[in-house]
Amino acid sequence: MAEAVLFWIFSTILVGSAIAVIMARNPVHSVLFLILAFVCAAGLFLIMGAEFLAMILVVVYVGAVAVLFLFVVMMLDVDFARMKQGFVEYLPQGLLIAFVVGAELVYVVSGWSASPKAAAAATPSGTLSNTAALGQVLYTRYFYFFQAAGMILLTAMIGAIVITLQHKAGVKRQDIGAQVGRTREAAVELRKVPSRVGL
Amino acid sequence: MSSATPTRPDSSSNLLVALGVAVVVAAVVVVGLLWFLISGGYFAAFGRWLYTSDVGAGLRYVLVALAMLVPVLLSTAVLIYAERKIWGSVHLRRGPNVVGPWGVLQAFADFGKFIIKEPVIPAGANKGVFLLAPLVSVVLAFAGWAVVPVSDGWVVADINVGILYLFAVSSLGVYGIIMAGWASNSKYPLLSALRSAAQMVSYEVSIGFVIVTVLLCAGSLNLSDIVRAQDTRFGFLGWYWLPLFPMFIIFFISALAETNRPPFDLTEAESELVAGYMVEYSASLFLLQFLTELVAVLLMSSMTAILFLGGWLSPLPFAPFTWVPGVIWFLIKAWFVVFCFSMVKAFVPRYRFDQLMRLGWKVFLPISLFMVVLVAAVLEFTGLGAHVSG
Repeated sequence: MAEAVLFWIFSTILVGSAIAVIMARNPVHSVLFLILAFVCAAGLFLIMGAEFLAMILVVVYVGAVAVLFLFVVMMLDVDFARMKQGFVEYLPQGLLIAFVVGAELVYVVSGWSASPKAAAAATPSGTLSNTAALGQVLYTRYFYFFQAAGMILLTAMIGAIVITLQHKAGVKRQDIGAQVGRTREAAVELRKVPSRVGL
Repeated sequence: MSSATPTRPDSSSNLLVALGVAVVVAAVVVVGLLWFLISGGYFAAFGRWLYTSDVGAGLRYVLVALAMLVPVLLSTAVLIYAERKIWGSVHLRRGPNVVGPWGVLQAFADFGKFIIKEPVIPAGANKGVFLLAPLVSVVLAFAGWAVVPVSDGWVVADINVGILYLFAVSSLGVYGIIMAGWASNSKYPLLSALRSAAQMVSYEVSIGFVIVTVLLCAGSLNLSDIVRAQDTRFGFLGWYWLPLFPMFIIFFISALAETNRPPFDLTEAESELVAGYMVEYSASLFLLQFLTELVAVLLMSSMTAILFLGGWLSPLPFAPFTWVPGVIWFLIKAWFVVFCFSMVKAFVPRYRFDQLMRLGWKVFLPISLFMVVLVAAVLEFTGLGAHVSG
């Protein structure tokens, strides 16, 4: 009973906020609705008994990815009038793509059952919590895929660093080691200054 | 009291007498009421009702949550007073000493002041987000307490993924700050929000790795199980602060950064950003933002106590010490960490932002990453980490 009520609450808010993401006029509001959608999805995971996935969704998507989205969107100077300009022009192509993607989704999802009663299948066995079960599957059966995903992420990370890394000449950078390694002898020099002569 | 010479009336003693009478009357009424309820069997009936009916179960959740939240709220008042006294002592001042005996009611006086002032919403602010931001902050700050075990079995929700939940909730804390900074439509809050976003995301990474090393040792994501895993015959030497000492230090420093405490309080550096994201907030809205910070400090201290200082465990695992209730040990440990937080604020100068980023990404991240590999290798090759409870 409680699960069913929560399911309808979460899924209603999820769909509503997903629509609000594309309808909101202010891009920051869009990102905030996106975050709400993520949180509701995590709630749905929880109802299904997939507590590990729910928490990872919140930590990774809401806690890190969406923060960076918000960060970037807040800094952008978005011109709404210009963004809306080509709307009618691009509408047919947009609708076509939406139709294709929508049809694929319906084709894939039609085999699933979306109801609070689907929760039974989430935990594979009674003895293991789903964190341990997930770990066992990931590190045995799908080990190579897991490693491959890791390598792809590593490549992407290196690529991002290479793109942004630049060594400008003439910039004075702080060298903490040199600062800490300084001794009194090297840093302070006492001199006897002769009068009317200077150094 | 009054005499021929006009002296200042000693109102405080009158007040004390009135207070004393009121306390006595209240005590008599409460004891009488309790006696009536117990002798009539009303409590037993109420207890059965709590455990049998659906509404009773709902009420039970509410009562358990209140049993956690009310002490947390009172602790924030104690925290304000304690911190100001500690800073006062460090600076050779007296600290708050006017409101109430030894100034103990200072926090309540501040509280009263904030709630009777008028909240001002700037004309250019994005009103909805501006009002939502403090609410988001304060709800998230309190949400974390749901999984904190203060003693064996004394926890609101003993969930399997407790530590991940705590990590998730504390990583969401940044939204209150970003939303406040952006919605204020003012330059200092915006700069503060940007700093805060960068800072909290950076230090979450090292906190995450520290948590992973603790998980490797404990073999569970449940906070109660993490504490139980530290229950060895070595007492306080078996708690994770010693075997994982570098991680303990990294966690403490990252906790300072995660809660925006000095020396990492760059989001509200008063010499540069006035008060950071709080500039445009006033009255009760400011109170909520302020409360969030204090609760976050308490939560991080409790987390340190649970992960590294053995939670509710007694430091010496034999008779006279194990008789002491676990919650007392937990409070001692958590408040010790809070004391360290205050002392750091009292004598460490503020970092520069590039130094902060360097510390997070170039020092803590490599060390903690290396420690994850090292701890995993040690556990694997010594066979200590063979058991996984779930």
